[in-house]
Amino acid sequence: MKQGRSTLLWTALLLVLLGGMHTAWRHFVHQVPLLPGSQQTYWDLEARVEMEAEGAPVKVRLAIPQSQPGFLMRSEHTASPGFGVSFVEGDQRFAEWSIRSATGTQWLYYRAQFQFDPKRHIPAVDHAPELMPSTWSLPLKAAAAQILRRSWQESADPFSLAKALAERISNENNQNGRLLLSEMTASEAMVNLLNDAKIPARVLYGVKLEDGRRRQALQQLVQVFSGQNWQLFDVNSAISLDITGNNYLLWQQQAGPILEVEGAHESKVTFSMLTTHEPASSSVNALAVKDALLSLSIHSLPISEQALFKTLLLLPLGALVVVLLRVFVGLKTSGTFMPLLIALAFLEMSLSAGLITFLILVSAGLVLRQLLAHLNLLLVARVAAVIVCVIGMIALFAVISFHTGITTGMKVTLFPMIILAWTIERMSILWEEEGPLEVVKQGGGSLITATVAFLLMDIYEVRYWMFNFLGLQLVVLALILIVGSYTGYRLLELWRFSPLANQPKGGE
Amino acid sequence: MLRWLKNNFVSPSQLRQLGVLGLNERNLACISAHNPRSSFPSVDDKLLTKLLAQDYQIATPALLGTIRHQAEIAKFEDYLPKQGGFVIKPAKGSGGKGILVIQFASGDKYLKASGEWISRQAVERHLSNLISGLYSLGGHPDAAIIESLIHSAKEFADFTFEGVPDIRVIIYHGYPIMAMMRLSTRASDGKANLHQGALGVGIDLTLGTAIQAVQDDRPVFVHPDTGSVLQKLRIQNWQYLLELAAGCYDMTGLGYLGADLVVDAELGPLLLELNARPGLAIQMANGAGLKPRLEAIDQHRAQLRGPAEVSEVRVKVAQQLFARQVCSVSPLNVE
Repeated sequence: MKQGRSTLLWTALLLVLLGGMHTAWRHFVHQVPLLPGSQQTYWDLEARVEMEAEGAPVKVRLAIPQSQPGFLMRSEHTASPGFGVSFVEGDQRFAEWSIRSATGTQWLYYRAQFQFDPKRHIPAVDHAPELMPSTWSLPLKAAAAQILRRSWQESADPFSLAKALAERISNENNQNGRLLLSEMTASEAMVNLLNDAKIPARVLYGVKLEDGRRRQALQQLVQVFSGQNWQLFDVNSAISLDITGNNYLLWQQQAGPILEVEGAHESKVTFSMLTTHEPASSSVNALAVKDALLSLSIHSLPISEQALFKTLLLLPLGALVVVLLRVFVGLKTSGTFMPLLIALAFLEMSLSAGLITFLILVSAGLVLRQLLAHLNLLLVARVAAVIVCVIGMIALFAVISFHTGITTGMKVTLFPMIILAWTIERMSILWEEEGPLEVVKQGGGSLITATVAFLLMDIYEVRYWMFNFLGLQLVVLALILIVGSYTGYRLLELWRFSPLANQPKGGE
Repeated sequence: MLRWLKNNFVSPSQLRQLGVLGLNERNLACISAHNPRSSFPSVDDKLLTKLLAQDYQIATPALLGTIRHQAEIAKFEDYLPKQGGFVIKPAKGSGGKGILVIQFASGDKYLKASGEWISRQAVERHLSNLISGLYSLGGHPDAAIIESLIHSAKEFADFTFEGVPDIRVIIYHGYPIMAMMRLSTRASDGKANLHQGALGVGIDLTLGTAIQAVQDDRPVFVHPDTGSVLQKLRIQNWQYLLELAAGCYDMTGLGYLGADLVVDAELGPLLLELNARPGLAIQMANGAGLKPRLEAIDQHRAQLRGPAEVSEVRVKVAQQLFARQVCSVSPLNVE
């Protein structure tokens, strides 16, 4: 027993040391700052081309982005086993891959890092495209003319005209707008209308920047010219995209196909993105990539994998909270690690929305479960029925919250559905056997644990540390090991056993 | 605020002085250290316990039958006694969950211990849930055990509301170190489960008489439903009951064990079930911590030479060790 304890302490000490060393190394050698402040925001974008090669020579040509207003390109590289790569510079940059012969599914990666830098002046200047004569079909001609006339009256220059047009086209109540959209996309309609007004414009493809997104497709954006200057418009959301502080990155500079493939079929390209905060001064990323194996860093993984780890690496902290509350406080929870899954769902919403949704779902589930009890079902079938009902409720919830303007409801889908159904079943049994008090105790314990875990995992610095300093995972592990050997009293036991201490008085 | 804290909480050092065993310490120092994982099934599966007990000639309530498959449920009446009551239990249940006590059957109606009549359909539903694993640890498919009903000894009639009182004895390496009787109340719905509101009465190991009592971990002096003074409780045949409990160690090989026994009016003490993770409320009922007793037994075992002691001797040793303790501690408390 004694020996086991000292082994444990040495193990924990070793883990803390290793973790500390790795953290120090990341800080001093890779120059990752200890605090997330005073930094640059970087966007890592990754395009993944997937295709079925037919055994013949394969040629792939992918349009690639370049520095643009708000975004400065820092680095780019490709990963493509066996393929030859070359970059074609020009007004529109391309990456070209080629191979003599390939069969089966092929993956090609292009990865670029952009520094988000709204202050640096990169002028939005380019050659305007030629005006194209519009080709409206007969029924559309009148509608197009009407939209253009109205918008023209409301506007002063090409950009304000474009804004007015975008509002009309995206307005669902505008009959003329609806008519145009029956034959073309919103962006095409807008370009045609602008060309009618003798304003050069074109459809370009861009990426909507959202942290941690995977398998995204490109979005159509309309580039509107006024002389040499241009602005971007996202027609579907009817917003003109401010050049500074925008969250769209143009993937191409000139209209044209994004991907051209010869010698393969079923080709497609998807995009992943991730934001990182790192010091502007150092060449951190180059180092991180070079040392990838040595540093065992997940920062060398493809971006889509990294995005997954951002949440995954927080889980050990949540587990630590569960252990701490169980061992030191003695909180009862329904399902040992269920609170951790709830906390994860909270991370995707806000805390209050998460708590309310959880309470509504579980209480509605309990009522449904009572109704199901009368049907005399087998246990597995009953839990399955509860799962179906819970999903139905979530759908209802999403619809209601959407129409009342609360958008957080939409993310309810992230609740661990199966766990929720089992929780409902267990709680319902608990209610029947031990009364509502026990349900409140265990449910409350679960929610308190989930909330504490959420509050910890939601701290910005904590997220930064857990993702950037992998050595901290070892420290968390060491803490869990040490807590796991604690044999002292739990906080709630001090209350539970208190009559024992006061007992001599009671006996007299 | 401070006063409230003082009245409702106790400092860790005070608890340590009293020798109270906490849950963390129980899990690590008692269960993990003394209960080999491989022996758990013989305790967690009540059917296995029953069969083992038969081999070791430890008396248990009569086994009427077992149901393992949903298809057998329709014929559950084949197992029922001609007259009188029966009990349906999950083989792998925990914390008294899923136990259905039927006093009397008449046609398609069944009289529960609480006096409520339920339909045959309700019994079948209960069996179906049980076999699906609703009450078992980890939700694994389970088997239903049908046992004959225990008729509580007359002497306890005034001390219990509806249900049959049972006696929990903590056995440490075969030595009984603490005992408690659990009396059902209206609040516990006739069940002898402490966390559902049943009374826990600490029992003197030498005499088989009540020491003090708790309900929901707080002291009580009379039974809330029958009004009997709990101090008067006395268990007949105590020596034999302890020997029966101590014998469970030989049967399972578990170093830290809770044995639940009942006293049947005709058959005397019977082993109801065993528990490899016995709760800590027994300390409250006895007004004493478990730790000094664990240490005393450890010391005794360290000094022991020659063959292991048999259960009768172990009971006597424990009674000597802990009887002296009670006498020597009480005067100190008065000072």
